[in-house]
Formats: sequence, structure tokens, C-alpha cells
Amino acid sequence: MNTPDVVVCDAKPLRFLQRFYLIEVFKGLAVTLRHFLGNLFARKYTVTVEWPEVKREYSERLRGRHILLTRDDGSPRCVACYMCETACPAECIYIEAEEDPSSTVEWEKRPRVFTIDLLRCVYCGFCVDACPKEAIIMSRTHEMAFVTRGEAIVGLPELLQKGPVAKLDLGYRPYFGAPRSHISLPVPVRSVAPEIAEGSPVGR
Amino acid sequence: MGTREQRLAAIRKSFPDEALVAEVPGGDLQTFRVDRKVLVDLARHLKDDPDLDFKLLLDVCGVDYPERAERFESVYHLSSLTHGHRIRLKVPMPADAPVVPSVYPVWRSADWFEREAFDLMGILFSGHPNLKRILCHPAFQGHALRKDYDPGQRWLLREGEQDEPVWARAVQEDEDHFETQVLNLGPSHPASHGTLRTVVRLDGEVITQAETEIGYLHRCFEKMAESHTWNQVIPYTDRLNYCSSMMNGVGYALAVEKLLGVEAPPRAQSIRIILSELSRVMDHIVDIGANLNDIGAMTPFLYMYEAREELYTVLEACCGSRLTMSYVRVGGVSHDVPADFGEGVRFILKRVPQLVADMERLITENRIFRQRTEGVGKLSSEDAIDWGWTGPCLRACGVPFDVRKSYPYMGYDQLDFKVPIAHGGDTFARYLVRVEEIKQSLRIVEQALEAMPPGPIIISDHNVALPAKEKVYTEMESLIWHFKLVMEGMKVPAGEVYGFTEAANGELGYYIVSDGSGKPYRIKVRPPCFAIFQAYPHMLKGHMIPDAVAILGSLNVIAGELDR
Repeated sequence: MNTPDVVVCDAKPLRFLQRFYLIEVFKGLAVTLRHFLGNLFARKYTVTVEWPEVKREYSERLRGRHILLTRDDGSPRCVACYMCETACPAECIYIEAEEDPSSTVEWEKRPRVFTIDLLRCVYCGFCVDACPKEAIIMSRTHEMAFVTRGEAIVGLPELLQKGPVAKLDLGYRPYFGAPRSHISLPVPVRSVAPEIAEGSPVGR
Repeated sequence: MGTREQRLAAIRKSFPDEALVAEVPGGDLQTFRVDRKVLVDLARHLKDDPDLDFKLLLDVCGVDYPERAERFESVYHLSSLTHGHRIRLKVPMPADAPVVPSVYPVWRSADWFEREAFDLMGILFSGHPNLKRILCHPAFQGHALRKDYDPGQRWLLREGEQDEPVWARAVQEDEDHFETQVLNLGPSHPASHGTLRTVVRLDGEVITQAETEIGYLHRCFEKMAESHTWNQVIPYTDRLNYCSSMMNGVGYALAVEKLLGVEAPPRAQSIRIILSELSRVMDHIVDIGANLNDIGAMTPFLYMYEAREELYTVLEACCGSRLTMSYVRVGGVSHDVPADFGEGVRFILKRVPQLVADMERLITENRIFRQRTEGVGKLSSEDAIDWGWTGPCLRACGVPFDVRKSYPYMGYDQLDFKVPIAHGGDTFARYLVRVEEIKQSLRIVEQALEAMPPGPIIISDHNVALPAKEKVYTEMESLIWHFKLVMEGMKVPAGEVYGFTEAANGELGYYIVSDGSGKPYRIKVRPPCFAIFQAYPHMLKGHMIPDAVAILGSLNVIAGELDR
């Protein structure tokens, strides 16, 4: 149905002075010069980043490469329940379960094979949402280059958490209470590259 | 708006036979079962009768019910811009003769929608002037959306001769015995946004005939949706209009919520409105910037992308991803916004108008730009409605139709904003309307931010939404619901619904059929730029190649949405 609540923005005819190029050209140059000088000296609103020396900082919700968290004893938290595999809309997770021999209770499962095809993954974070054990979370690692397709299919050795959690560049993960993310605007230009934890999947 | 009885009476005036046109009780829209013998007559009556006045054909869609005696169904969604009412027509047809008369002579917008239904469902539209495949490759065999078509099936398509229109193959000479030239614009061309191919015949520099070919980005969205759970479709919707992916998810979630009979909590609605409007700003920014870039104005493009970068920063902090947000869930949104969301959005509200003002200073009264765009790609309001246009492109033709105003959803009726229109109908008018829409959208964001209520961000119905994580870790009950919802998907009651929202390009409709299981039975997207782009080859006639580029940019064709 047509609505009466409109604002008409028809083209206005050009005024007499606007028909001359020269004045308009200088007006335009004033605008571009302002932006040029602003980008050259003040740099307050510059959104371009001198990558790779300077890295753009993203929020703590960025959905990047996955991490499989471990328990205190270094075994994976994953119990091979197949929830993430089922929830994955891209069908990029493959799990094979086995019995956990070190378990104190009977019939405890653990993943024998856990692979993620990082080229198939759409980084939607549904696996993180689906996980009932907080075993799979995501890091902020988003610069991933592979030489072969096979290299992009990562398994347990590559995915398992290395080093303490605090040192990982954590991204999207379940949280309670206050939302943990921040918006830094204007876009941080001179942000420092995050420190890469030794042995983390980032520095592989 | 008129009641169902009045509309039925207006139809019964000319079609008294219950066997030919029967009303289906219930449903979200008034639905009529139409015998295919009278379809074209009924269509003409619906369009011309002043009490009905269905000038806008929104969507043609095929649905396959293999277990029914009349296996296929062709579904039409109609809207009246003067009365505001909407109806749905269903034309059943048997499996052995899936033929239905084409309504192209009545509404030209049926052109590509019927071709799509033919391509994907195998319904033959008799009388259609150009019934050939549109989204799939010409060598593709079978019809992908039929239920007996295995989605895992693979075809080896050889790179054959390029599909050329018949007229392009014929040699045409003008009176001076010079052969006119046939030229391919695209599919891979910096000025064609996305992979779109346009074949044009040039007489000198003037385009005399044109035809477009699309489908290069066809990703079987609708087929894939049928093999995924309701929530798993959301990452797929992000890839429809990837310049404003939030709005696709919102439209989808609203349609499913309509079928479920639930409503997202007020805070979630508010977040959805703010992020949708920011996405709309972003979409218009990309469109204006790219359009200007195509016709030689590089600077405003960079200013606009500066604004876009800042918008992406806010969206990324909420959703965790810049382009493919996957933020909406059926029943709400996945997370609450960050604590400093308000400051971030207020920064945007201050910063984006400055950049838009700078762009306006450079462009709006620029004589070169106006000479390039005024009168280029001009379309009258009647033609625009006939082609099924919606959104800013239709409003630039002087039709004040906006779904947010006419059929308010998510509380848009509580917000004070105006619908920008222009009467030019040309590329310049479309630019003006978009610039004004950016300002109006920012007004909406400002108001919605002020009125953002506290509270939950997703409904607590455990049949629909995942329980909170801390409950999943500690309570058995929640863990069971979590498990059931992930493994089986939510159960959406059987039925059908047409959910429609105002996306950046116009009316984004989702026609959803559910059979009560954990997966959608059929999802048909009504992409706004599909209807807009089908008019493009017809608009080109009489224009020059550089004008074709200017028109294409101003229509804001997003290949992800066009080809699905």
C-alpha cells in the first residue's frame, strides 16, 4: 500500500553559478584537500591499516580458526558427542569416536579423529554454540594460507590447544554474564600485532 | 484494505464457478486455488478490476508435492499498491503434464520468475516468449528442485559454445551495408557488479538490442535449505545479499517466527532494527560508491568505503564477522550487543553524515555527474510496477511504497521516519533516493537506540531457541533440550507463510512451506533485484555502452541474491 508519509527529493535544477565549472571545481577541491591533509597529518579517521606491520584489531567475538580446548591434564575436553558435526551447516567437521581408556567412569568417549576442513568452513560459529562441553572455541586467527588443499584439513594435533588459555588469541566462545566485546572507533590504525603464543596454531 | 469476503465477491463477479476458482480457508494470506484453464483470464481480472487492483506480481514459485495426485503447484503472490491487500494463487497441475499458461502478457514481472520455475521445477509455461533455463547451465539435465532430484548428484558440464541469443547470431546490416556489432558485456568485467553477462547489439555506439544471462553465482540456496535444519539456513541467507547480510537473516527469521507463532523479545527486535538499518546504510553506501566509481568518480567511493569500514567495525563487534554475520536466530539474536554498543553507534551517527555530506558536496550538484545520469535509464512508474520493482528503485519512479510503512514489522510503526521518493525514475533519481534513505535510516537507528529496552535477547521457548550455556553446563533438563534442538532441529508446524521485509533493494520475500519436520519443505526467496534486473535489457535500448554501466550500478544488482 502506498504511504503518504514521504519526503520528495526530486532533482533541483542547477543554479546559474553552478553552470560554470570553475567555482564548483574549487569547491570540490576544498573537500578533497581537507580529506587529503587529514589523512596526511591528523590521521584521526584513517581506516586503512599498514598491514602486515600494523594489524587491525578485531573484537573478541571474531570468528576465526578453531581451537579444541584441553583439560588440565592435556587430554581434549571433547567427548565426541557429534553435536558440532550435526550443527555444522557446511558439513566440514568429521569425528570418529573411541573409548577413553583413561576414564574413571565406564563408556567415556573421546575423539579418535577430529578434522575440520578449513576451506569448507563458513566460520558461522554454530559448532561453538552447539558444544555442550566448551571444547571447541574459535580464535581470532583469520589469516590462514595453505599450499595444498590437504593442508587445510586440520586434525587433532593442529587443533588442540597449546599453552595456557590466557595466552591464546581468543575469539568467539561461549560466555556468561556481561558481553565480552568492545568497539573501538575510530578504527584503530596503529594497533600492535597480537603477541603470538609459542606453539599456538597461529605461529605454526 | 477490504475484507476477504469483499475480495472473494469481486472475484466471484466474473468467476462464479467454485470448481475453477476456489478459496482455501485460513492461511497467512487469502489463498485461491485456480484451475489453469482460467488462470490468464483471472489474472487479467485481478489486475484490471478496480476493487482488486493487483498491479504488482511479486513472485512466481513452483512447489513439488510428489505424493499428491496433482504433483506440481505454481504459486503466485500478488499485491495491490492502492488497497494494500495481498493474495496468493495456487495452480495445481499433474505430474505428466506440468503445463500452465504464462501470465507474462498480464504482468511482465513474470518473465524471469517463470523461467526460474521452469528451470528448477520443470513447470512449462505455455505462451512464455523466452522459456529457457535461467539459473542453471543450458546443458544441465533434470530439474534441481524436484523432490526426486538428489542434491548430491553431479553433472560434468563441458565448456561448449557460449549460449548466445538467436538475434545475436543473425547478421544484421543497416542501410549503409555496415554490419552492426554484437558485444558481450561481462560476465567478468569490472563494471558488471558480480558475474552478469549482457549481450548487446550496437548500432554505432547505440544499443539496439540486449539480453542478459545470469546464474554464474547459482549456489542452490533453495535446494540446500531443504536438507538443513531451520537454523542452519541462517548462514546461507547471509550470502544472498552480501552487502547487507543482516537483513536477509532478519527476513528469514521473521518468516519462520510467523509460522511458529512466536515473537522475538523487544530487545532483540530493537537490535535487529538497529543492525538492519546500519546494513541498509552500508548497502546504499556500497551501491552509490560503486556506481560513482563506474562512471569515473573515484573519490566519493573511497569516502563511502571509509564509512563502511566504521560500520563494519560495529557489526563485527556484535556478530563476530564482518560480512557473513550469522547473528540472527529464529526467536531472537545469538548474543547481546557489547556493553559499549551505544557509543559505537553514536560515533557512526556522527561520522557517517559527515562523509555523506562530503560526497554530496562533490556529486549532487556536479554538472558532469548530472549530465551522465539525468534521463539515463528512465522508467515510468507504471512500467516499474509492471516489472515487479520494489524498494529504492521503485520509489525513485515516484511510487511511495515501503514495506516498513505499509506493513510494519518489528515495531517500525513506532519510529518516526519518512519514505523518500523522487519522480525522475532515472539513474540520478535513484541516487537521490538512496542518499535520503541513508539519512532516514540513521534517524531510525538514533530513535531505536534511545528506546532500546533491557531484557532477554532470545525467547526462552526450548523448542525454538538453544538454552543459555550456563544452564547447559549445569542442568540436565537444559542439556537434553540443547541436544534435541541441535540433533533434530526445531519443529515448525506444517503450513505455509510468505514473510516479507524491506531489504536494501526492495521487498525481500520468503515463501516457506513446512511439513512439520525439522527441515524446511520448500523455501522460495523472492529476491528484490531479480525483479529489478529483468527490466535491465529492456532499459538499455537507445542508450550507449557507458550508460549501460551507469544504469547497472544504479540498480544495485547483487549477484549473490540474484542467482542464489
